[in-house]
Amino acid sequence: MNAAEIRTEILDILENIAPDEDLTDLKDEVAFREQLELDSMDFLDIVMELRKRHRVQIPEEDYEQLASMGSTVKYLEPILGAESA
Amino acid sequence: MYDTLIIGAGMSGLAAGIRLAYYDQRVCILEQHYSIGGLNSFYHLRGRDYDVGLHAVTNYVSPGTRRGPLARLLKQLRFRWDDFALAPQVGSRIAFPDVQLDFNNDIDLLRSEVAVNFPEERDNFERFLARLIGYDELDHQDFDVSTRQVLADVFTDPLLMEMLLCPVMMYGSARENDLEFGLFCILFRSIFLEGLGRPLAGVRLILRHLVRRFRSLGGELRLRSGVKQICADDGHAVGVVLDNGEEVSGRQILSSAGRVETMRLCGKPPTSVSAPAGKLSLVETVSTLNTPPDQIGCDRTMVFYNDSKQFSWACPSTLCDEHRGVICSPNNFRYDRAVPEGEGVIRVSTLANYDRWQGMSDEEYGLEKIRWYDRLVESAVRFVPDFRSQVIDTDMFTPKTIRRFTCHENGAVYGAPDKQPDGCTHLSNLFLCGADTGLVGIVGAINSGITMANRYCLNPGQK
Ligand SMILES: Cc1cc2nc3c(=O)[nH]c(=O)nc-3n(C[C@H](O)[C@H](O)[C@H](O)COP(=O)(O)OP(=O)(O)OC[C@H]3O[C@@H](n4cnc5c(N)ncnc54)[C@H](O)[C@@H]3O)c2cc1C
Repeated sequence: MNAAEIRTEILDILENIAPDEDLTDLKDEVAFREQLELDSMDFLDIVMELRKRHRVQIPEEDYEQLASMGSTVKYLEPILGAESA
Repeated sequence: MYDTLIIGAGMSGLAAGIRLAYYDQRVCILEQHYSIGGLNSFYHLRGRDYDVGLHAVTNYVSPGTRRGPLARLLKQLRFRWDDFALAPQVGSRIAFPDVQLDFNNDIDLLRSEVAVNFPEERDNFERFLARLIGYDELDHQDFDVSTRQVLADVFTDPLLMEMLLCPVMMYGSARENDLEFGLFCILFRSIFLEGLGRPLAGVRLILRHLVRRFRSLGGELRLRSGVKQICADDGHAVGVVLDNGEEVSGRQILSSAGRVETMRLCGKPPTSVSAPAGKLSLVETVSTLNTPPDQIGCDRTMVFYNDSKQFSWACPSTLCDEHRGVICSPNNFRYDRAVPEGEGVIRVSTLANYDRWQGMSDEEYGLEKIRWYDRLVESAVRFVPDFRSQVIDTDMFTPKTIRRFTCHENGAVYGAPDKQPDGCTHLSNLFLCGADTGLVGIVGAINSGITMANRYCLNPGQK
């Protein structure tokens, strides 16, 4: 998966978690917490969804890398890079 | 072999089941009754639909709200706000002799009612609200503090304190006369700072969504499958035995049967359990009217009434408590579709004595139901316009009914007085969810199922 595909996948996960949210104007550099008011339970869900969909294990110390769209894509690129979309 | 066995298909068990099935666990919910819902069930009688349990869903917030218990449960279970189709209440009342406080889903109404009726308490109430708004329900603070003590420190007029305690205790206190201040904060927020709502179709709509979602994710639901024993080996639960003798094994077990009840399934007699079962049970009269209630002046969503200056919340020595209760009309919500014209429903609920109701012969039981229907409605119409001449059908459920629907000892509505917030038991892989973990009501029960499933049964660090 390339960066754009990873971004689309994360959007899909967010849409799944918060179906009422309009994500069209989501800013990549602003924290999810600020834009969508995601709480710790929601972050856990992003981690769980990634595990469910891509079998990736994200260690707890790396959760902070998932703070915004930009940082999440950057963090996942090397991990999901080899996977086909 | 299941990953997780869940005892009970009430709100908490179904919610936990959805979380686990969503993340690909093999989950089986075992329910003793022939239908789902537990305390929150529904039935059809003489051509009409009725709800058991649900008066109103608490924690109502308007669409688009991202915070709070309702938003959290929608996200966790992947529902849209519209799925639950909650319509806000019209407006409710706390009614005491000579004074009443109206409230709705906008806290400003209660603010102004307090200012008008208790002018000298205005600033105290403001400070008190600020404290309640700041309370974080996930922190679980102040569970060892008496609410009466806190209120007595804040307010000078004891009547206001009694009036605030009335709806809060009625909506979730398993304790008599006083409750943990932490629980008060959670309940106050859920009723006054958030609010009350209801789907037009009643609780069956919410249940249908929950059970469909659970099944579509591959979860198994087995009705008429009461668990009679939890089997353990060396401090570890290994499975359950059903009433019909069948054995079902699971890696972990989540029980919504209640704490004392779950311990009993483990073979521990109640006397060996440090915390006793609750004893607060309810009776409810249901009156079907030949008119929408607001046409005859019964236009409030709920009326929490108490016929003296002192509010008491305790198991009555008589069959039912005639001095206080809650009057609810499911018609009085702001539904966006017109309610089918013509009829209406008014329900009156109050505390009842389980031992006395269950100790009667069938004949006495039938007679007492009729007698107490009349007495309770007579008591209630002191606080709302007299609707009795409009009644075309009646029904009533008692603590015996609640016991049958839930298996909770004593027909206890809000579970045991001592809560177990962490849900842990003496077995390393047996956990509690539901009322005995301290979260009550529909939204509370659903969130407790979610929380316990997340905390103990889904472990993101491993697979
Ligand atoms: C009259 C009344 C009015 C209410 N009004 C409201 C309201 O307006 N708003 C609100 O939010 N809440 C209300 N509530 C409270 C609400 O109904 C409960 O808090 C909530 O439903 C509790 O859900 P639960 O899953 O924790 O427990 P339960 O609903 O008790 O579910 C437990 C389930 O476990 C099953 N079970 C028990 N033992 C076994 C066993 N051994 N084997 C298999 N299955 C077993 C039971 O049959 C039951 O289905 C009301 C309750 C009552 C009685």
